Amino acid sequence: MNRKTIIPIGPYHPLQEEPEFFELEMEGEKVIDINVHIGYNHRSIEKIAESKTFDQMVFLVERICGICSTSHPIANCNAVEDLARIEIPERARYIRSIVGELERLHSHLLWAGLAGHFIGYNTLWMWIWKYREPILEIFEAVTGNRNHYAMMIPGGVRRDIKEEDIPFLSKGLDEAERKIDMVTKAVLDDPVLAARLKGVGILSREDAINYCAVGPTARASGIPIDVRRDDPYAAYDLVDWKIITQEEGDVFAKVVVRLLECFESIKIIRQCLKMLRTVKGEIAAKVKEIPPGEGIGHHEAPRGEVFHYVRSDGSNMPVRLKVRAPTYVNLPTCKATVPGESVADAAIILAAIDPCYCCTERIVTINKRTGQRELNGQDLLRLSRKKTEKICKNMGRRNV
Amino acid sequence: MVQQDVIKELKEKLGKKILKWEEKPPKRYYLTIPREDILEAANFIFKKQGARFIIESGVDTPRAMEILYHFSFDELNKIVTLKVLLPKDRCEVESIAPVIPGASWIEREIAELLGVKFLNHPDPRRLLLAEDWPEGEFPLRQEVRENQ
Repeated sequence: MNRKTIIPIGPYHPLQEEPEFFELEMEGEKVIDINVHIGYNHRSIEKIAESKTFDQMVFLVERICGICSTSHPIANCNAVEDLARIEIPERARYIRSIVGELERLHSHLLWAGLAGHFIGYNTLWMWIWKYREPILEIFEAVTGNRNHYAMMIPGGVRRDIKEEDIPFLSKGLDEAERKIDMVTKAVLDDPVLAARLKGVGILSREDAINYCAVGPTARASGIPIDVRRDDPYAAYDLVDWKIITQEEGDVFAKVVVRLLECFESIKIIRQCLKMLRTVKGEIAAKVKEIPPGEGIGHHEAPRGEVFHYVRSDGSNMPVRLKVRAPTYVNLPTCKATVPGESVADAAIILAAIDPCYCCTERIVTINKRTGQRELNGQDLLRLSRKKTEKICKNMGRRNV
Repeated sequence: MVQQDVIKELKEKLGKKILKWEEKPPKRYYLTIPREDILEAANFIFKKQGARFIIESGVDTPRAMEILYHFSFDELNKIVTLKVLLPKDRCEVESIAPVIPGASWIEREIAELLGVKFLNHPDPRRLLLAEDWPEGEFPLRQEVRENQ
């Protein structure tokens, strides 16, 4: 007799930080098929972008994701610069790389902590997140924000990194490197983690190619692709670093790739900071108008390649913006990795690609009964003002 | 492989089928081909030439619905974009998902957001929109305005 059980993970699940829904088809303990439902987070960013100017668009795409909030702006600026053939100043190139790599550091540490949490290793989680905190502090000192740094504009960067901030940055990096080194050694030697993660959720090289996987997911399956080397932008061709790959393709290999990449990131930032002492000058090229045409830009985000396609008709707004986030191609690989594994391993295998759903989905709130939109841009503005007024009133202040 | 070879090879293979050739050397190439040939071209570039499929973009223009297939030759630092133009009254094109499994999701997304029909798609369900989203309404089309 054919007996199947469906086990749902999501749409809201304590292990997931974002809403997504996995249907696991089970036979006993074993997963035999998986079905993914997404769309809980769709916000129609691509549509909204059509009503923004090129300058505003960068800040819009920054809101796609809070974790890789500089990856989308870098890819977007690359696309606009490809379209309009803009050369950015050398100093801006170094600054872009520094921000991009700092982001990779904090994102990889965030993931490593969460991965620990997913397999019930909460010590690792709290440890790693503690060591991630100084990196966010560096961000705050350099860009003014812990997240959503608003550093990129087409043609360069918005803020300079000041000479007096560099010692603080270097010190923070030294500290972070010591801690990451300690964690890496502990993780790589841990027999419990090895038993739990080695040989689990293997993504073969062929599957990675067929599903078009990118980033650490592909690199852990022995495919040496990295946009930073393949299509150099910012300062990645001016500094020395190497691509980390592993052959195994299991969850452990993905851990190794991400942790070792942290050291490469630190190496890149150190070289860039050194160059900032000698390379002076402008931090942004003047961009007058964007000609008609199309442009492609990509950036190696912590999770893999972020791809932006921009088309312009010569006005100050894009006709079309297409965004492809890395999870969009990495998530379907679960069809290849999860079936055949036990249900207990499913959560960590799904987490191993470092999924980011708000990146993957980018629509509107609809009233189910009437089919009308519940909130539009104006409504949100009104609600936001109302809330500010209320707060001001509670604080005994007059609304200005 | 020598730098220019893949592009030359592709040019030879597609030959007269290329309706329009635009390039921004040395990195970006845009080829417009008839929609009947997309499956064959995608198969050649993905399986034979070993390019990585990045994504498809659907662009709604006044003339036609454009579908752009972006492929990357990572080692050579080139991005080749195949374009097909679909007339507005017949938005149909052969699906490439049977050849490239990684294209399955994006074709589902374009189908529901732009109303393009992908023929022979292995899994033509909705991807992002809710199940009770009205049939025949495509939110990413040009005639749909924000705050409408």
